[in-house]
Amino acid sequence: MSDLTRLTAAETAAKIASGEVTAVEVTEAHLARNQAVDEKVHAFLHVDREGALATARAVDAKRERGEKLGPLAGVPLALKDIFTTEGVPTTAGSKILEGWIPPYDATVTRRLKEADVVILGKTNMDEFAMGSSTENSAYGPTGNPWDLTRIPGGSGGGSSASLASFQTPLAIGTDTGGSIRQPAAVTGTVGVKPTYGGVSRYGMVAFSSSLDQAGPCARTVLDAALLHSVIAGHDEMDSTSIDQPVPDVVAAARNGDIKGLRVGVVKEFRGEGYQAGVMQRFDESVELLRELGAEVVEVSCPTFTKALAAYYLIAPSECSSNLARFDAMRYGMRVGDDGTRSAEDVTALTREAGFGDEVKRRVMLGTYALSSGYYDAYYGSAQKVRTLITRDFAKAFESVDVLVSPTTPTTAFPIGERADDPMAMYLADLCTIPSNLAGNAAMSLPCGLAPEDGLPVGLQIIAPAMADDRLYRVGAAVETAFQARWGHPLIEEAPSL
Amino acid sequence: MPGITREEVAHLARLARLELKDEELDHFAGQLDDIIGAVAEVSDVADEDVPPTSHPLPLTNVMRPDDVRPSLTPEQALSGAPAQEQQRFKVPQILGEE
Repeated sequence: MSDLTRLTAAETAAKIASGEVTAVEVTEAHLARNQAVDEKVHAFLHVDREGALATARAVDAKRERGEKLGPLAGVPLALKDIFTTEGVPTTAGSKILEGWIPPYDATVTRRLKEADVVILGKTNMDEFAMGSSTENSAYGPTGNPWDLTRIPGGSGGGSSASLASFQTPLAIGTDTGGSIRQPAAVTGTVGVKPTYGGVSRYGMVAFSSSLDQAGPCARTVLDAALLHSVIAGHDEMDSTSIDQPVPDVVAAARNGDIKGLRVGVVKEFRGEGYQAGVMQRFDESVELLRELGAEVVEVSCPTFTKALAAYYLIAPSECSSNLARFDAMRYGMRVGDDGTRSAEDVTALTREAGFGDEVKRRVMLGTYALSSGYYDAYYGSAQKVRTLITRDFAKAFESVDVLVSPTTPTTAFPIGERADDPMAMYLADLCTIPSNLAGNAAMSLPCGLAPEDGLPVGLQIIAPAMADDRLYRVGAAVETAFQARWGHPLIEEAPSL
Repeated sequence: MPGITREEVAHLARLARLELKDEELDHFAGQLDDIIGAVAEVSDVADEDVPPTSHPLPLTNVMRPDDVRPSLTPEQALSGAPAQEQQRFKVPQILGEE
């Protein structure tokens, strides 16, 4: 393997800017790594070799002309296949969009291009981001680079697996109930769900509009911060985009001093269903925070125990409405149009053929929860729980600066283990969902390997809305201290494949 | 809370425009019943005096001046269409013959 693929994004950008290596050399090294390992990992659905090399050549030309390069110019990136990319296939992991080539770029795509980031291709995901294992992709599952027989998390399993298999130092994910943080936790990488509205959703295939949030995935906290600052900020194309300055996350990631910071341990995020090794690593992380000078207290957020239930009513309800756009009329697949059938019949036949099981399950669940007679009991009650969860967070943040918890109750489970049991699968998002419901910011970063299975464990840090910089400050402090203890980044212990 | 029957799943599928196969009706009926049973606990804490929150942000209507701006060309807009004719989306019949 070329050494170029082991570098962080920050190191890569510095080497390109100084002329030590060219962007083309960096891109070719990652494309070669992709060719060597992705048959086993299946992180990518589409590799845009020519597009990536063209961007890299443009970066090199810019440098030769003496133009100033942006902080991530020439650095390779893997983009979750939920973002539209002009001229490059976009499927959202669904058969119904197979072969679709969007005529426009998502705002995230556009900002990456403007920053001269090299987009290597599109990564595998659970269909329409519904899932916690990437097994719901219509194009087959992704393997976890730590153990290819296990799930890489979901829905952004492809993005995180591309990082953990050294195919790219940067990736983009989306997080509706944990789809950035849970894959980060189980692959030993860093994932951030920014404040809701912090990154534009324009051009992102919508699943649950009040929860969906795009964010950065990387192997280090600083790399995630650099990517965060490239994609974040107000966008007039998205009416839910926050029109306020983005907190200086890069400065926070370079600072990492947490003396005197008040950290709350959420009492409700432990107990039955949590793997012993996960709790052991989490408890060590809390001890580490104390050693670094933070003041740690236990806080109670009693309504968090209802978050999973509320989420599995709200997200399907919004998805049943959002996915109505897949009607076989204007784009995507069309089935059964033989001249005798009505548009309604063609829509139903197409959706039956084009959607996978989890999507059908959630569309029907949402249709049920929103139907007359059940609306108040289910959807209405779930929205009230959302109020209570927001209040729990607000109360906790009166006495602490950040909250911490394990990111996931268990390490990566074997592919197929929970495939036929939706409720067991939904438990993977137990600790991540409250932040989506309340819209605040959260990060997952590696905190060690579980002793019983040798698989990565994630530490979740939660900050109030628009205080994303606190995540990076705490994350940088924890990362530095852990790496000093381990003698190297945790990801160095991943198998070479 | 009532359980979900096979007939109800068939009705939901029709509402959601999904032409489910027979075996899927049985499969989903059991699963949806389990899920609904598990999520029904939301009503335990939803007191009448708690206002619902539909969105994490206070949403306001965003307006812009009604100016003509560059947009997709007809060719671009139609580029993903399953069928097209005379610069329009061609769709199956919408109204019956009667």
